[in-house]
Amino acid sequence: MTAALADPMAARDHARAMAGTVVEAMPLLPPVADDLPEGVSGEDLLWEETIAAGGYATRRLARGSRLRLVDLAGDACASVLIFNAELPTERLNVADTVKIQWNAYLGAGKLLLSDMGRVLMSILVDGAGTHDAFCGTSNAATNQAKYGEGRNSGSFPNGRDRLLLGSAKHGLQRRDVHPCVNLFKGTRIEADGTITPLIGPYDAGRTMILRAEMDVIVVIANCPHVLDPRDEWTVTPLRVSAWRGAITPPDDPVRTATPEGLRAFLNVEDYFRR
Amino acid sequence: MIVEAQIPGDAQISGLSGTIVHDEIVPARAPWLHHVAAGQTLRIVDLEGNQAVDFLLYSAADDSERYSMQDTVAAQRNLFLRAGTVLRSNEGRAMMTIVATAVDYHDTIGGACSCESNTLRYGHHTKSQHACVENFLEANLSEGRGKRDIVPNINFFMNVPVEADGALGIVDGISAAGLTVDLRAEMDVIVVVSNCPQINNPCNAFNPTPVRMIVAA
Repeated sequence: MTAALADPMAARDHARAMAGTVVEAMPLLPPVADDLPEGVSGEDLLWEETIAAGGYATRRLARGSRLRLVDLAGDACASVLIFNAELPTERLNVADTVKIQWNAYLGAGKLLLSDMGRVLMSILVDGAGTHDAFCGTSNAATNQAKYGEGRNSGSFPNGRDRLLLGSAKHGLQRRDVHPCVNLFKGTRIEADGTITPLIGPYDAGRTMILRAEMDVIVVIANCPHVLDPRDEWTVTPLRVSAWRGAITPPDDPVRTATPEGLRAFLNVEDYFRR
Repeated sequence: MIVEAQIPGDAQISGLSGTIVHDEIVPARAPWLHHVAAGQTLRIVDLEGNQAVDFLLYSAADDSERYSMQDTVAAQRNLFLRAGTVLRSNEGRAMMTIVATAVDYHDTIGGACSCESNTLRYGHHTKSQHACVENFLEANLSEGRGKRDIVPNINFFMNVPVEADGALGIVDGISAAGLTVDLRAEMDVIVVVSNCPQINNPCNAFNPTPVRMIVAA
């Protein structure tokens, strides 16, 4: 083997022979999908990628873009950070997200709010119903304690380190990785404050569609929920698709659903008034 | 104002062991920043009752490591901060421990008021009002930190229940004049506080008041 690759051209041929390999977790370029919603043209597809168990992905999405997440095998956990792509010091704020909407739980019609009084993304379709704005993700210490190991370079990567790498690809640093939301894995809050994790596994194929309300950077890590009760590090691949879409119109039901949410959209529209 | 001498019989220092190395009244609506060394205890006194104390922590050794509400609540599997709660960093490490509290529990899901979030919660007529994020920024800027460093915080003496359907909100406080919370530093920390100026919800009983900060070593 090594003898055959002893010169650069042999090494080149060896590398080139890998072309066309298809694995489950990979991006498709150009993107292609045979299951886009009615009315969505394949021409408008922006992103098609399956994130590995324990993997991460990140992308800049323009205002109006739709982001679809599919829990392919029922055991994905999408830990999501969102930044204003134009000025990433503005980012998802989980406290404002729950406080301003007067509710602890994420679902269809809910907004993901920034720390500047604006809506970064809205949830249009929620086929899961089990999400979590409180627990954040695992870190090297929690994975070390639970699985005996948690490094990026090991077999059981932790969510925080994945979010750090994804954010770093946009020039961001440790101080930029703030609390995240978890989609597909949930929590229920009991009257005394107890956090009950809702981990499943669930039916395969649960789907969410989000809409970018600003030009955003999304960073998605797919690692076991930090309160996953299973002894084994368990997570399954997460499929991500995105396509172009219209900017939210004035009469959009998500935009007008609540006075607080409407003002978040008014603040976005004011930001883009230029 | 730095309190120059302890008043004999001062009930607000009772139970603190060691020497008082700092004692200060933070005026209503004001920021406060103080370095607390590992092993020292910070006592916060709610002088007049139901005054939300918005609170952030940074590791003095590396201020990229800071308080994380998510790591804190996930580790204890409960949203409320009570006696025994370990305040954890974004690396999962212990920063401070609530060693005593005269109030049953404190909030860490309600975040800090800001000029911008006030426009959503109350309307654009509140945009020019002072807010906790303004205090956090002012205090952090004095040490080279900025907007990227302001994360969801703790609200001592603030009450945010979560109901069965997920309904949550800042409601009437469960604190009272003279009640205290004691925090032991588990590492060298920078404490950044906003003595909350909010006047549009019950967190300060619609009347922001001073709080007292006592550090014992």
